Amino acid sequence: MSICDLSAIEIRKLLLRKELSAQEVLESCLERIQVVDGRPGALEPAAITPEDERCVHAFITLTTKMARAQAAAVDRKIASGEEPGLLAGIPFTVKDIFCVKDTPSTAASRILANFTAPYSATPVERMLAAGGLMLGKVNLDEFTYGSSSESSAFQPSPRNPWQTARVPGGSSGGSAASVAAGEACLSLGTDTAGSIRQPAAFCGVVGLKPTYGRVSRYGLIAFGSSLDCPGPLARSAADAALMLQAIAGADARDATAARREVPDYLAELEKNIRGKRIGLSPDYFQITYPQADTGEYQQQPLPQEMRAAVLHAAQVFRSLGAEIIEDVPMPNTRYGIPAYFVISRVEAASNLHRFDGVKYGYRTTQTVNELQQLYRKSRGEGFGVQPKLRILMGMYVSAAQYSEQYYRRALRVRTLIRRDFEAAFDPAGRYRLDALLTPTTPTTAFPIQDVYGDSVLMQYADQLTVPANHAGVPGISFPGGLDGEGLPIGLQLLAPDFCEATLLQLAHAFEQATIDEEWRQRKPQVLEGR
Amino acid sequence: MSEKEHIITPEMFDHLVKLAALELDEEQAAYLRRELNLQLSAIRELAAIELDADIPAALHGVPYDAGSRPPLRQDAWQACEEAEAIMRQAPQFESGYLVVPDIPHITLE
Repeated sequence: MSICDLSAIEIRKLLLRKELSAQEVLESCLERIQVVDGRPGALEPAAITPEDERCVHAFITLTTKMARAQAAAVDRKIASGEEPGLLAGIPFTVKDIFCVKDTPSTAASRILANFTAPYSATPVERMLAAGGLMLGKVNLDEFTYGSSSESSAFQPSPRNPWQTARVPGGSSGGSAASVAAGEACLSLGTDTAGSIRQPAAFCGVVGLKPTYGRVSRYGLIAFGSSLDCPGPLARSAADAALMLQAIAGADARDATAARREVPDYLAELEKNIRGKRIGLSPDYFQITYPQADTGEYQQQPLPQEMRAAVLHAAQVFRSLGAEIIEDVPMPNTRYGIPAYFVISRVEAASNLHRFDGVKYGYRTTQTVNELQQLYRKSRGEGFGVQPKLRILMGMYVSAAQYSEQYYRRALRVRTLIRRDFEAAFDPAGRYRLDALLTPTTPTTAFPIQDVYGDSVLMQYADQLTVPANHAGVPGISFPGGLDGEGLPIGLQLLAPDFCEATLLQLAHAFEQATIDEEWRQRKPQVLEGR
Repeated sequence: MSEKEHIITPEMFDHLVKLAALELDEEQAAYLRRELNLQLSAIRELAAIELDADIPAALHGVPYDAGSRPPLRQDAWQACEEAEAIMRQAPQFESGYLVVPDIPHITLE
């Protein structure tokens, strides 16, 4: 075990005791990156080599020089007895959808490949102010549009550290992969339909989607403005709690960042879970799939291994004194993806109109005679197929003649999804849940190129995570075991608005209770022998 | 709702592409139109849901109350410290202006 494999909490303790320096921590991570990451994602096409197939490829940009300066500053503070900050000396990566001052901020798109951000996103600013060491920007699906990270314009796209022939999930695939491979302790991701929780599940790490408004979106390159939530990816619930503590809270620069007190997540973590009411819903044990041959949609039971992992977790919670409430109805879960196809596309199309080859980003190198031609060529050459698909769908379903039938209807269905959660969590209601326990994903990580290209099937990978985005409620994915092929299974807990502390507490309790289970001793493929 | 209403025809697709200010090659256009129509068949599920007239549209999930919503900022001028860095990002920039090709004059109907 290397320094980079320690938890953020342990690193912090050792640094404050002066048993370790921030520079040692940083060098350990840089060495790990050197060993497992391989070449960073790049725009220039190059054939995938056998060596590429063995690497993680989490990064687009490494900010080594900046990180070394930050580490030296943390060590100076600790030596002089100053308070070094909550994340002092803890290495983290940032999904390349956040602006970081003087750093390429690409959104994994050709259209922003030459963009250097003139300012920093609030969550990044807060992590740096808390003494965190930013290692670099990590890869993702282009503009976050996907669930496998394969749509990045920067190739090779990230691979799953557990089996590099598998996807790491997405869109925060680089974030999850970098944390799982021990390249960083923490990563800042975003979740619009499950983009933190799904890759966390696929890569065997913890991913927290906070309540909408808990963490500022300032400086985040927007996808779906009513759905996007920045949040932590980490190797434990305690590390996620530490990071959330640093990034949560009001922000005058984001009108949707809630002015609500931020609890002491670490203090809450250790509380007893006795008496907590945890629900199970049959609607999260059914999955919907489009049939390739007929195009019809069918509901199937959840794969047995995923179901068994959820029931095992319920048993663990019960043994810790929680009450398990079965048969909680969440009837509108199945409409999450159809509604998302409409709402997210309308918001994405609106957000993507700003990329025009004039103000920043890519401009066509072809000779053009007039402005419209400049727009069309710059956008045609700069965007990959996934942004184009979202722009076109967004424009179609919000067109005057279709808006009522599609967009407005989807927004009303969103109300139904929200009401499912309100009924389940209502303190005076029938179920009075503190949290709902579900699988995070319908399957474990799928092979690279298995799903990519089928935009409908790819979207259905998010069917169990997207309802929380529609409703705005917080959700956490945490490892719950391994499947027969040795791939991580993610479990999800969902809670009422602003109850992140409950989620972290439950996930932490599960970690502690299962610490000796055999699967916890297993390591990702890229770390075998290390 | 008829089946026909759920299909994006080549003509509708071309119109959308124009509105979206995109230029596509044939292969991309064929892929995108096919995927759009497949997505529309997924969206079709929404049409079957019974929605009572009193169900409102939700623009966001979490309700905003006056206590959690930040107050509006003062309507006051603030200096932008990064103005030059922002302007430097423009693909073509000259003497304080963004440079673009001719903007054709269109007579509005």
